[in-house]
Amino acid sequence: MIWVVTVVVFIMLAAALAVLFLPNMIAAVVASAVVSLCLTVIFAVLKAPDVAMTEAAIGAGLSSLILAIGLKRLGYWKTDSIDKVKAGERHD
Amino acid sequence: MNHFFTVEGILYFGAISLSIIGLFGLLVSKNLFRLLLSLVLFEAGANLVLVLSGFIRNGIAPIFLDGNSGAVMNDPVPQALVLTAIVIGVGVQALALSLIFRVKKHYGSMDMRTIRSKLEREIAENAGVTPPGSNEAPAPVKLIEGENS
Repeated sequence: MIWVVTVVVFIMLAAALAVLFLPNMIAAVVASAVVSLCLTVIFAVLKAPDVAMTEAAIGAGLSSLILAIGLKRLGYWKTDSIDKVKAGERHD
Repeated sequence: MNHFFTVEGILYFGAISLSIIGLFGLLVSKNLFRLLLSLVLFEAGANLVLVLSGFIRNGIAPIFLDGNSGAVMNDPVPQALVLTAIVIGVGVQALALSLIFRVKKHYGSMDMRTIRSKLEREIAENAGVTPPGSNEAPAPVKLIEGENS
């Protein structure tokens, strides 16, 4: 049990750092969904099944959907940012 | 060390680290969308701290199955509050995203520094005073034409 919690916590912190430091915005949104899914596992370990269900449905599902639609409207829906990072046009 | 390496200790470490990462992102990120993502992380860390505050070791999930079984339950009140906070958090995200749409439409940029300089210039023009800054300051950054679309 304790090793499961340790591994999940470190995956969650790595994904949280990836949200801040990934240059591509789609990857950052996906990393925030990974944070929500790790949080779901932690809530299930903490004997809070209702919170885990809500976090999986709303935190990981609906929130990622809203952020992805926002990305599309803001013009960040691009997958070719690696070349732009090399050219110095970083988004942040 | 032995006191730290329990389930609660590791989870408190993870929750506080998640909050600190979110706060760091709120303070240092220059892109408005990354600011919103940092807000999401901060909310997640706060929710985890709240659920952890009601956690009892060897407690059962707060569901009544057979009336009085004698087992110790986790505190259901923080769980109910966090359930509400998750839903409200998604509402806050949607509101912030709509405000970001308006800012992008009006200022044509997502960079905090560009937005702040344009905002100060606009306020100074409307108030009829000279914009803040030194006389020795370099000339303001010219707008890129293609960025306004």
